[in-house]
Amino acid sequence: MQKDVMFAGFGGQGILLMGKILALAAMDEGREVTWVPSYGAEMRGGTANCNVVISDRPIGSPVIRNPMHLVVMNRPSLEKYGPLVRPKGVVLINSSLVTADTGREDIDELTVSANDIATEIGSIKSANIVALAAFVARSQLVDFELLRECVKYEFSKNEKLININMEA
Amino acid sequence: MSKVLMKGNEAIGEAAIRAGCLNYFAYPITPQSEVAEYLAHRMPEAGGVFLQGESEVAVSYMIFGAAGCGAIVFTTSSSPGISLMSEAISYIAGAQCPAVFVNIVRGGPGLGGIQPSQADYLQATKGGGHGDYRLLVMAPASVQEAVEMVMMAFPLAEKYRNPVMILGDGLIGQMMEPVDFPENLKTEPTNKDDWASNGMDTRGANSPNIVKSLFLDNKLLNDNNMALKAKYDRMKKEEVRYDTYNLDADYEMLIVSFGTMSRVNRTAIDNLKEEGLEVAMIRPMTLFPFPEEAIRQASLKENCKAVLSIEMNMGQMVEDVERSVQGKVPVKWYGTCGGDVPTPEEIMNFIKEQK
Repeated sequence: MQKDVMFAGFGGQGILLMGKILALAAMDEGREVTWVPSYGAEMRGGTANCNVVISDRPIGSPVIRNPMHLVVMNRPSLEKYGPLVRPKGVVLINSSLVTADTGREDIDELTVSANDIATEIGSIKSANIVALAAFVARSQLVDFELLRECVKYEFSKNEKLININMEA
Repeated sequence: MSKVLMKGNEAIGEAAIRAGCLNYFAYPITPQSEVAEYLAHRMPEAGGVFLQGESEVAVSYMIFGAAGCGAIVFTTSSSPGISLMSEAISYIAGAQCPAVFVNIVRGGPGLGGIQPSQADYLQATKGGGHGDYRLLVMAPASVQEAVEMVMMAFPLAEKYRNPVMILGDGLIGQMMEPVDFPENLKTEPTNKDDWASNGMDTRGANSPNIVKSLFLDNKLLNDNNMALKAKYDRMKKEEVRYDTYNLDADYEMLIVSFGTMSRVNRTAIDNLKEEGLEVAMIRPMTLFPFPEEAIRQASLKENCKAVLSIEMNMGQMVEDVERSVQGKVPVKWYGTCGGDVPTPEEIMNFIKEQK
């Protein structure tokens, strides 16, 4: 069974890192995984997105035009990618920054005020981890405990951040 | 060893070090700049040298110089950069020096775009630079394979005293996949005393080794080029590598495809199988030497109605596929050249139209 997700938002929100941590967790589960970033004339504050594909078999195309699931951290990403999600997919919307919704009934829409939650627990920079945790809890793409381990691993150089992210 | 999640470009840099290459000269260009970024800190750590040249032209002659002195050396670049290096690549081939070039291809011609492309197939396999020479060209379809091919490239370059090129694309460079670095592909240093400018210690003062590609005497030039030809003929015998997919089935179509494009085709083949249409694929892993015989044999299978060359360019490898099939069955081309990787659905539609 092949599953995929697109993470999208502003550059600087940790979009690529969300995908990387999910990919790490999938790899640790012994599954095939690919992570592909948008690259090119990128800049801080511009748009950023990445695709993660997880499968039990060797992965064909790592580029996905119609994602199964979507995590959007800002409004332009919702407008651009919201309509592309395949029916029944999970769409997580960062409601701290996005007041709109997809307007679709055929998907599983989830709103999380990731920035506000992250600010409450100590650092707005953890908004991406808040959103990632909520997304994994809903979509069950990887084991949640394993995801915690991968977040710890990725931030292993900074203990303070681990604590903040664990709360997230 | 356990797997690590790595970006293709970084994995390529690490693979070179693990293969025993400690000399890297380069100039940054998207979509392969992360190789230089990675090796800028990793090379000194491993006791090697990373030097950023002032241009690709300068870099390519640093490679020539180092290779001529007997060093194990490599560079990475992308299409326009490889064009600038092509003069030196021709010199290096003519002077019979081993060196490894990695081309993470972007769209062209000219500055083109920076998205995935396979538009440098002809440049890599048919020349690029001037004169009678060939490169041994390998095309990876995953980050794991990029690692293995980079590690294989150094001993192959040494074996043939010829430049070896790895032809990837933006996706191979930018994508992260789990990688396992093989332990058994370390390049053994070879004795180069009979040709390299590696010092006069073992030679008399009057018999220096001269590394050159200039042969003004007709016979000497002919001899040198016939020696090159003998090497290329030997490559055709000993180095052809390819992979097959669904080749045991009673297929109606045969796809020939390399690199990233072949992965998409694999998905298309799986989906078509469920719909009741059998399609097989041959994936050249070496583009030169090209797996002509394997393609010819596969095209002759009883129910094979057409051979499809599917590439991310305007139709380059299709010429080699036609040459391999020798007119026995129709050969068709499908591809894109703007940077968008075709979807499995697009490939499936194209294949169904050929029925």
